[in-house]
Amino acid sequence: MAKISMIVNGNPVNANVDPRTLLVQFLRENLRLTGTHVGCDTSQCGACVVHLDGKAVKSCTTLAVMADGHEVKTIEGLAADGAPLHPMQEAFREHHGLQCGFCTPGMIMTAVDLVHRKGHELTDEVIREELEGNLCRCTGYQNIVASIAAGAKAMAKSDLA
Amino acid sequence: MYEFKYHRPGTVRQAANLLVKNEDAKLIAGGHTLVPVMKQRLASPPHLVDLSHIEGLDTIEMKGRSLVIGATAKHAEVANSAIVGEAIPALAELAGLIGDPAVRHRGTIGGSLANNDPTADYPAAVLALGATIVTNKRRLKAEEYFQGLFSTALEADEIITKVMFPLAKKAAYVKFRNQASRYALVGVFVAKRPSDVRVAVTGAGSDGVFRVAAFEEALKKRFSHKVLDGIAVPPEGLNSDLHGSAEYRAHLIGVLTRRAVEAANAKD
Repeated sequence: MAKISMIVNGNPVNANVDPRTLLVQFLRENLRLTGTHVGCDTSQCGACVVHLDGKAVKSCTTLAVMADGHEVKTIEGLAADGAPLHPMQEAFREHHGLQCGFCTPGMIMTAVDLVHRKGHELTDEVIREELEGNLCRCTGYQNIVASIAAGAKAMAKSDLA
Repeated sequence: MYEFKYHRPGTVRQAANLLVKNEDAKLIAGGHTLVPVMKQRLASPPHLVDLSHIEGLDTIEMKGRSLVIGATAKHAEVANSAIVGEAIPALAELAGLIGDPAVRHRGTIGGSLANNDPTADYPAAVLALGATIVTNKRRLKAEEYFQGLFSTALEADEIITKVMFPLAKKAAYVKFRNQASRYALVGVFVAKRPSDVRVAVTGAGSDGVFRVAAFEEALKKRFSHKVLDGIAVPPEGLNSDLHGSAEYRAHLIGVLTRRAVEAANAKD
């Protein structure tokens, strides 16, 4: 077993884990943060995307021990319980950026990372290229792209990062 | 995934000692190749030695006339580095084409080169630019480093610490992606160096990355895509699978080399 400690959604977390525990397993099974999904489990679909030190990563391909000493943000950490949604979440709701919703947490975490890197004015072309690592099996990309473009703009006016 | 013991050395020397002490130990940095194969149980190392906490192993800098990239520099760091963009823009562009944004936040240049996947992008750049792989023990020239599919000159207790790239006069990388996996079905890196021209191909060779001598000789005389007319790459020794026949890959090598030469010339 390995002792790990990290900040998850702003809260310090300590645990003893088997070193082979994936970060996504740790988040879902130990911390019960089940908003992060396991889709393909082969680092292709992006349903498991979380932020590690502020950068989008695939938590199904990251060992929990490798996140030791670092900061993790999941979909649950974007906005506080009961508070208004994060502008990117709100944009997905407003523009119906989902069909079944399974890919949505990963899409939103990737989208927020994209805005951090490339700013608030995003062309459809840039958004589609940046979604290389996120798959929607309902193929509902049209509204996902529209949601991200709107969410990016809305983030400029929001206090939520 | 099978059980393993996890080690986190603070220095390259400690990491090397752990490799010596623990037979069949594997190094991990970003884990974006090793973790997937461990999950599939294609690899089951009893010990993992994590290089990601070793300070200074991810430095990107100019040293004399060489661009030096630390082994644990991530693809996104290379892609966005102003130093790389200034010194060898084609290398920054290549790094930005690897995987997807999340993969580029974790995967490292050292990991890619140590794994030597026959469809990986970095090996083409290292071979075409004539880079030197620096390890904790020695310096290896690109030509002696790559030794076939998933195989390199690295010894069991050898650790890549950095890669030194001599500057090229012109260079470009063009990749034709497999539509499903998005790996390179064929990728061609062309480098016009002070003394010669090198054309390195990834994705196509059944023995991993390789150079195309006929193209190199023609391009050395005149660095224009027009000199490649009439020179064909033979399909012998190329991969043939459900994604493309050897003949198709041979054809792509010609097409992509022309595009890469045009792209390199367009950068002036």
